[in-house]
Order: sequence, then C-alpha cells, then structure tokens
Amino acid sequence: MTTSVSAMGGIVRRKEDPALIAGRGQYVDDIRLNGEAVMAFVRSPFAHARINSIDTAAAESMPGVLAVYTIEDVRDLGPVLAQVPVGVLRPLLADGAVHHVGEAVAAVVAENSYVARDAADSVMVDYDPLPAVVDMKAAVTGTDRAHEGAESNVLVTWFSHDWWPGVFELEDHRPAIAEAKQRDDVVVVSQEMLNQRLIPTAIEPRAVLADWNHGYDRVKLWSSTQMPHALAGAVAKTFGLPSNEVHVVAPEVGGGFGAKLNIYPDEILTVFASKDLNRPVRWTETRRESAFSTIQGRGWVATATITGTRDGEILGYELDGIADMGAYSQNFTVAIPVLGLFVAQGQYDIPLAWQVACVQTNTQTTDAYRGAGRPEASYYIERIIDMYAAEIGMDPTEVRRKNFFKKEDFPATTAIGLTMDSGDYETNLDTLIADVDYAGLRSMQAAAREEGRYIGIGVGTYVEVCGFAPSVLAEFGFGWDAYGMPTSFSGSGLVRINPDGSATVIIGTGPSGQGHQTTWAQVVSDRLGIDFDNVRVTHGNTAESPTGVGTFGSRSAAVDGAATYEAAEKVSKKAADIVAHMLEASADDIRFADGGAHVAGSPGHKVTWAEIAEVAYKPHKGPEGFEAGLEAHAVFSPGNATWPFGSHLAVVEVDPETGNVEILRYVGVDDCGNRINPMIVDGQIHGGIAQGIGQAMFEEAIYDEDGNLLTGSLIDYPIPTAGDLPAFELGWTNTPTDVNPMGVKGIGEAGTIGSAQTIVNAVVDAVSPFGVKHIDMPLRPKRVWDAIQKARG
Amino acid sequence: MYPRSFEYVAAASLDEALSALADNPGAKVMTGGMSLIPLMKLRLFSPSLVVDIGRVPGLDAIDDSGDQLAIGALVRHAATASSDAVKSGAAALAQAAALTGDVQVRNRGTTCGAIAHADIAADQTAAVLALGATMVAKSTSGEREIAAADFFVDTLTSALEPDEILVEVRVPKTGAGSGSAYGKLGRRGGQSDYAVAGAAAVVTMDGGNVAAASVALTGVGTKPTLAAGVAEALVGTDGSAEAVAGAAGRATEGVTVLEDLYGSEEYKSHLAQVYAARAINAAIAAAT
Ligand SMILES: Cc1cc2nc3c(=O)[nH]c(=O)nc-3n(C[C@H](O)[C@H](O)[C@H](O)COP(=O)(O)OP(=O)(O)OC[C@H]3O[C@@H](n4cnc5c(N)ncnc54)[C@H](O)[C@@H]3O)c2cc1C
Repeated sequence: MTTSVSAMGGIVRRKEDPALIAGRGQYVDDIRLNGEAVMAFVRSPFAHARINSIDTAAAESMPGVLAVYTIEDVRDLGPVLAQVPVGVLRPLLADGAVHHVGEAVAAVVAENSYVARDAADSVMVDYDPLPAVVDMKAAVTGTDRAHEGAESNVLVTWFSHDWWPGVFELEDHRPAIAEAKQRDDVVVVSQEMLNQRLIPTAIEPRAVLADWNHGYDRVKLWSSTQMPHALAGAVAKTFGLPSNEVHVVAPEVGGGFGAKLNIYPDEILTVFASKDLNRPVRWTETRRESAFSTIQGRGWVATATITGTRDGEILGYELDGIADMGAYSQNFTVAIPVLGLFVAQGQYDIPLAWQVACVQTNTQTTDAYRGAGRPEASYYIERIIDMYAAEIGMDPTEVRRKNFFKKEDFPATTAIGLTMDSGDYETNLDTLIADVDYAGLRSMQAAAREEGRYIGIGVGTYVEVCGFAPSVLAEFGFGWDAYGMPTSFSGSGLVRINPDGSATVIIGTGPSGQGHQTTWAQVVSDRLGIDFDNVRVTHGNTAESPTGVGTFGSRSAAVDGAATYEAAEKVSKKAADIVAHMLEASADDIRFADGGAHVAGSPGHKVTWAEIAEVAYKPHKGPEGFEAGLEAHAVFSPGNATWPFGSHLAVVEVDPETGNVEILRYVGVDDCGNRINPMIVDGQIHGGIAQGIGQAMFEEAIYDEDGNLLTGSLIDYPIPTAGDLPAFELGWTNTPTDVNPMGVKGIGEAGTIGSAQTIVNAVVDAVSPFGVKHIDMPLRPKRVWDAIQKARG
Repeated sequence: MYPRSFEYVAAASLDEALSALADNPGAKVMTGGMSLIPLMKLRLFSPSLVVDIGRVPGLDAIDDSGDQLAIGALVRHAATASSDAVKSGAAALAQAAALTGDVQVRNRGTTCGAIAHADIAADQTAAVLALGATMVAKSTSGEREIAAADFFVDTLTSALEPDEILVEVRVPKTGAGSGSAYGKLGRRGGQSDYAVAGAAAVVTMDGGNVAAASVALTGVGTKPTLAAGVAEALVGTDGSAEAVAGAAGRATEGVTVLEDLYGSEEYKSHLAQVYAARAINAAIAAAT
C-alpha cells in the first residue's frame, strides 16, 4: 500500500455555495414532471393497537382523489428491506396492527397536496388499543410486548468480548475487573445515565418523486437520500427489475445526518403508485410529519462504572445498557450500538466489559443519527471518567492522560480486537491545554467562585471510527446485500478528461451539504494540475456514476476520495505517455501542474491539458497503438477504517437561581489526519459541535406513557441555532493515516461525537460546589435547577 | 402542514375588513400571520375566510400624545422594540418586543397581533398588563375600550369578539420617578424563545419608597396575570433587594401554575418569583 501524502490543504471556496445561497440549488421538491400526483398518509394516533377495519370509501369518492391504498394492495412488496434484519421489519403500510404513533396506515394519491390531506383525514380507521411499551427498562423487565406474541422485547444483547463470534477470539475482561474491585486501594464509581432520544432534523425533509415508464418498463426516481445506489437496488429487488432499470437521482440533499440512510415505505409506495396509476407520484414529508415518518436517533440508558486506583489508573470500565430500537428494525437499527462498541473505551488503554441490550418499543424506529452509536459510547466513557477524576480529586485532564493509548502503541489493538491506525492523543490534548491556557482558566474559575459565580470547565476527548472497513465487514451487515446490491463499503471514482481538456469527476457517493464538489475537485486538480475551475464533480445519479455505497460514517473522503485519487493517478499515467510522445521525453519525467504538463526540470517544455486532450481523442496524433480517450475508474477498498480523534473544552456559567446555562467558550482541537480543505473541515466541525450541543442542551424526543410523541414540532423540539451558540474556537493536530493514499481520516461526525459530554462535564463542574455529580441531558434550566435543589437537600 | 381550504381577502380599508368579519362568522383577521398561519397549517384553526389587514393604510404608527402611546395594529415587534418613544415611556414593552421570537418574527409579527393572540407564554402581554394599557377594539357596530386587566380571558382567548379588530393599544407612559422592565427565562435558555416564566414590572418611587407598583407574569399559568399580591407587598417599602425578594414571594398567589415540558409547578412558581424580583429591581433602577 502506498503511503505517499498529498500536499492539498488549500482553503478553496465551495463551488456549491453561490447556487445554494442564491436559492438555485435543485432539491427533489423543485423538480416538476407533467401529470404529477401527490401522495399523503393516514397515520396512526395510537402507539399500539389492532386495526379492525379501514374505511376508505369517503376518501375514494372525493373529487381529485386517484387512489387509496392499504396493506392489502402492497403486501407482496414488503416489508421494507433492512441491511441488518434482526427484529420485526417495517411493513409498507400497517398490517393488522400499528406499533408506533405516526405509523402509516393508508396512502392516498390525489391531484394535489391539499386534496390528498383532506382525503387522508377522511379515511376512517377502527382501532383496538393495546398496552404500549414505551419505557426502555420496562421493555426489558415488563410483561407487555411491543409486538403481540413476541417472546421478548429484547432483540439482541451485544457483549464486548463476544460481538462477532467466530471472527474474533477475545478475552473476557469481566473476571479481571471483578477481581480489581476487591482490591482495597481502588474506588468504584458508577452512574446510570440517559442518552436521550433525538429527532434528526434535516432542513430539507425527505422527499421522493417516482416516475414509472410503462413503455420501457423502467422507473426513475428522485429521492432526498444518502444512498442512491442502494435505493436503486432495493427498488429493483422489490419490483423484480434488474438494478439498471431503476434510475435513482439524489439531487441537492439538504442535510441527512444518517436519517436518509434508510429505505422508507414512501420510496417504495410512490413507485408502486406511479406504476399503478401510470403517472408520476410525489411525496414530500412535512416538517411535523418528519418526526413520525423518519428514523430517530440515540435513546440509550446505561450504567457506566469505572474501577480505578486512587492515583488515577483505570483497572476496568464497564457499561451495562439498554438501547431503544423503536418499533421496527430498518436499515442498521440493531447494529448501531455495535458502532458505539467500536469506540467504547475512548482514547484509553483499559480493560472493557460492555453490554448493551437492544429492545423493541412502541416508538419510532431508531437508526443512524450523526455519530450513530459513537456519541452515545463517547458520552458514557467521558462522563464517568470525569466522575472518577472528581472522586479521586485528580484533574480530569490528568486522569485522561494517565490512561491514554501512547503514541508508540499505534497501530493499537482495542479491547474488542480492532486495530486503530494512528493516534497521538497526548499531543492533541497538550495542544488544547496550551491553546486555552488551561491553568489560567482554572484560576479564573476559582476567582469567579469567590465572587459567587458558578463557572465550569469541561474537557472531553474522543476517538471516532470512519470509513468502515475492511471489506469482510460486509458479512456483518456493512454492505448492501439485502438490497440486491452485494457490496462492501468500498469507494469508487471516475475521472474523465474531456476533449477540451476539462475534467469531469463522477462519484458514487454524494453530499448532503458536505461540499463534495469542491473537495473532489481539489483532489483531482492537485493530482493532475488541472485548473480547479475546470473540474466538475457530479454525483448522486445511478445511471451515470460507478456503483457507490453512499455518504455516511464520515467515509466519503477517506474511501471514495481515495478511489478518485487513484483514478486520477491512472489518468496521469496514461496522460504521461501521451505527453512523453508529444514532448519527446520519457514518461517518467512528465510532471503535471499549472494547467498542463511539463518535463521535469524544464518548466518551459510544456503542453496544456487542452493540447493533451486533443491528442488523447485523436489517436492518429498519439503514440503508436494507444487506446483513444482519457478516463479511468478506480475502486478503493481500504484495509482498515480510519480513527480520528480530538479533545474539546467548554467554559460555561450557570445561574444557580434559575439553572440557566450560558456557554462562554467552546474550543475544539481535532485530528482528522491531512485536511483537504481546512475550511470545509472547520464547517463540518462547526455543524457537528452544534448538533452535540443540541443534544447536551436542547433536544429531546419525549414520549408520554401511552407512546404519544410530545415534541413533534420545532416549537417543542428546539434545535440549536447560531444565536444559541458561541463562536467556536478550533485548533488542530495532524496525525495522518496510512490506510489511504491521501492520509485523510474523516470529520463529518467528530464534532458531534466530541461535544455533548464536554458540555455536560462543564456544567457539572460548575455546580459541583453544591454537591451535584451528574445531570442527565438535555441540560434545560429546569434540570440543572432540580439537580442543585436535590443536591442541596 | 396543509391547511383546509379557505377564502382570502386583502382588505384595502379598515371598513372593508370590518364588514368582511361581520359578514363571515368563521372569518379570522390576519396581521403578521406569524401565529395564524402555523395554526392553520396544523389544522388547529380552520377559518373559512382570512381577512388580511396587512395592506390597510394608517395602522402602522406609534403616536405619542404626551402622556400616552398609541400603538397601531400593524406596528411590528421590531418597530415597538426600537421606538425611542416606547423605550423611554414604556420600557417593559420595548424590552418584551425585543425578546419576542427571532429577527424574522419581529419583522413580520405585530404587537397588537401578539396581544390579540393571547398565547400563555407571550412576552408583550405581560408588559401591557403591568403598564395598565387599554385595548381599542373596533367592529361594524362601533368602537370600545377594554382594560388590559380585563382583556386576557384564557389560553389563546381574549375579550375580543370574533368580528372585532384590535386597532390600537394605548399605553400610559411611565413618568418621572417611574420605571418599567421586562425579563424572562426563555424555552431555549437565556431570554430566547417563548417564556418559561417572565415578568414585567412598573414601579413609581417617591422619597426613597415605593409609591406604586404593578407586576404581571407570563408563561406560568393559563393566561398572563397581574400579580396583585406582589404589588401590594411592595408599596410602602424602600425597594431594597430584601423588600423586593419578600414581595416577589407572593408572585403566584391566585395563579394556577401549569406544569409543562419546560418546568414543574414548583420550578415555574420559583421562576415567577425570581423574574418578578428581577423585573422589579430593574424597574426601580430605571425609576431612580
Ligand atoms: C418562530 C416563532 C417564534 C416565536 N417566539 C415568540 C416569543 O418568543 N414570544 C412571543 O411572545 N411570541 C412568539 N411568537 C409568536 C408571535 O410573536 C406572535 O404570536 C405573532 O407575531 C402574532 O402577531 P401577528 O401579527 O403575526 O398575528 P397573526 O398571526 O396574524 O394573528 C394571530 C392571531 O391573532 C389574531 N389577530 C391578529 N391581529 C389582530 C388584531 N389586530 N385584531 C384582532 N385579532 C388579531 C388573528 O386572528 C389570529 O387569531 C413566535 C412565533 C414564531 C413563528
């Protein structure tokens, strides 16, 4: 494997911003086809109920209504395909019973959205309510079942020593930890903590437009999805077509965060309706509907325990938890906690005993949400390590440092048998400490306390795992086999030099706001010396791009980017032969830069890319026997995932009279290896931190005991806005990876993985003088105030 | 998020709007639409006719007649917040307007609309209550005045009749020796978003003592309410921090405090006292 490291790193303005800022980006709902009809859903008001009957007559007779479908019409096409099919899979429409509030019971197709909504409201459904399983703990211990007849609500329990039997032979650390607990020089610090359920809130809700062409017997659909190829596979499999007859386009996608990484009933039902009605059929999720029709994230309750010496040596970390899967398993559902397990021990070389039970409840399905298991896992280790530090009276940065994997440990093997590529945690933390003048902050805090002010300083570190690999993980569900697209999570890229010397780059992944058009253009421009402005990147179109697995798990740059890098490398090899012929030099001496190529050592001896391209497309001008044209495709299958990391720090002030928390400073020092475009990296960190702070301070999906979602609108589900947040201060260290030729890791989720615990650590630090040891998120003023009252007694 | 079908009229004059309301019992008047349109999209309100008075001329003025301010039906939150006359003569209202929603909401929503809408957690409702404002309501059958204390009836319910338009709010100006202030804990924390609990206070000082006081709460009960007990306890004291804290202890007397997603009854009762005290202290500071 090559380890050469490219010298990118330019702050280049994003190609996509002028269009996006001026409202000229094209999203699914901006596309119009002739003769479109619109779909709307009848949704369940009950969390758990039998359906006695569905009366569609009134709706069907309304002017403008084209069809009303129930499960009877589509049973053969379901259930919704899932990559990790453990648990009950989601029927396309409720089949005899509903299992969460908002579950789609019937679908109406009408001439427009207004008629469709009126008609949906007039469908009469007769329900027999059943007891709802809402609470995660009750799901484990209670007798009610989320699905009638199920033996247990527990679908699977993941254990750290045995997470992939037959593949990893792992040591069970439990006996050693139990033994350590008996020592009289140890403390055992334990805390139950909630990692509350969240509602992913992409600014563009999901949308799909399907157009079945009976002439060709093929279908085209536009969907706001993170995985166009997988969707094409799923639709093809569902309707018995080869995948090349399903053309999926993901145009601009306005945020995804993992929530658009599922196949949804609406994507299948619009195709079905288009085929049935011989018209294009559209469905666009409304804001409020999104809280019921799109997956949710997090939702864990767990007890974290650290056993360690009084001088800061951790002898064992245990986590015993429950993760809420919701009513149905969709794409990865039960595998999300496994992603948490991947980073369960954080940056620390410590014994690990981790178990998480995945339970079904009568709530919306949970699946990947920015970080997907890793924010939860990082939260638990980073909170309990702070509590341990407080217990033994050691500075929290010291305890962390003492237990770090050391630089020389890398590549380091984790307790669950995975190999972390590269890391230098100590340098990273030192950089943070120096950047903020940590000692100075602590004295400022002490001085403020003298004045009766409650300032808190919180530190959090994290390890992230990006670009899931190696290929064999496909057998664990990290591929699209279930969708009839047997793949691993490899990356692909195609680089084409056009006859005029411009370059077109076609990638199988696609952005939901991350700026792929810019980053990829930088990669190709850098490799080939083609002007950045002459590189166009296209994505999200299954008819034109090589197979790609999509954008998730912070994988695009490290995997598809690397593939594109290698495709550019192939193009440069062939172009070097052409240029060698043109300049009568040796191919080895050809260098690409400044819009063309020259002979090494004599920059005046050069040709432009337009000149190279002309020869490439006119074989009679080129070297004897060469194949005309100039393009290359590469697939990159990394041998390992990449493991970015970072350290964050927050300074907060708490008003003890109201419990209000103000964030005074937020500082992050992240390490994602080489950075292709530091501005885009910063942007990803900004958004990630905002989402982590969203969890720490604002967001919570609250279900009442009957399973009603009380926070289904943005009035009651406050997401963070720029006005709620301080200006983030970002620093960085650079520990490249050798997993891919660019030395890049991933940064899409890091901010979220690092920030929630940093804020909570800071707030608990602020109110620790009252005796508060822990407060569950979100740290709304009432919770902070309650915690202070309780601690005061 | 698709409303039921409805008719729409953009009234060119107040008379046209009043006739439309009189002729259509299911009609609703719209000013900024910041609350009406979301409620229609949720199908919680389904008026048969929306009477938009946004283009009626002459309703967007803040008139200062010396001892009183008249705020017209189309005066936006942003205008109320930035008006020098309001800032000096009715500071609590200017502060409440400045803390209403976000920039977009403040640029479209109206002070009269927020008052007419009578949301339990609105800001400016508490300010007009404490300031002792008068609402001027018009219909085809004439004009009447409603005291702020009689205006807020229940959750999303004011004393306005369905065919009446709130054409202006008249706010007596705080004079020499008087000051007013508003503050809240917002649902997002700090002072942003609707009030978890908020309070407006108007205080008149005379010879180092509190001569008159009025305090109103929002967010804690089913409607904005005057905290008469606080005012009673405050008058005659020296307005010291202790006196204020003592008086604020009576904040929720007679109020049915509602628990919601943002706080328990206990917490909101506590906040009512905290914000009553903070508003009073700020009003005293402004008065002296
Ligand atoms: C995102 C957002 C955040 C918000 N945050 C806050 C906040 O922090 N604090 C706060 O107090 N409010 C907040 N609001 C609510 C908002 O401030 C007001 O409710 C709104 O501006 C009302 O004024 P309007 O002119 O928009 O009224 P409209 O929406 O047009 O009307 C609202 C209701 O009042 C009636 N009405 C309006 N004007 C009159 C009139 N002149 N005469 C008779 N009836 C009338 C209408 O018929 C309707 O029933 C927020 C709103 C939004 C959308």
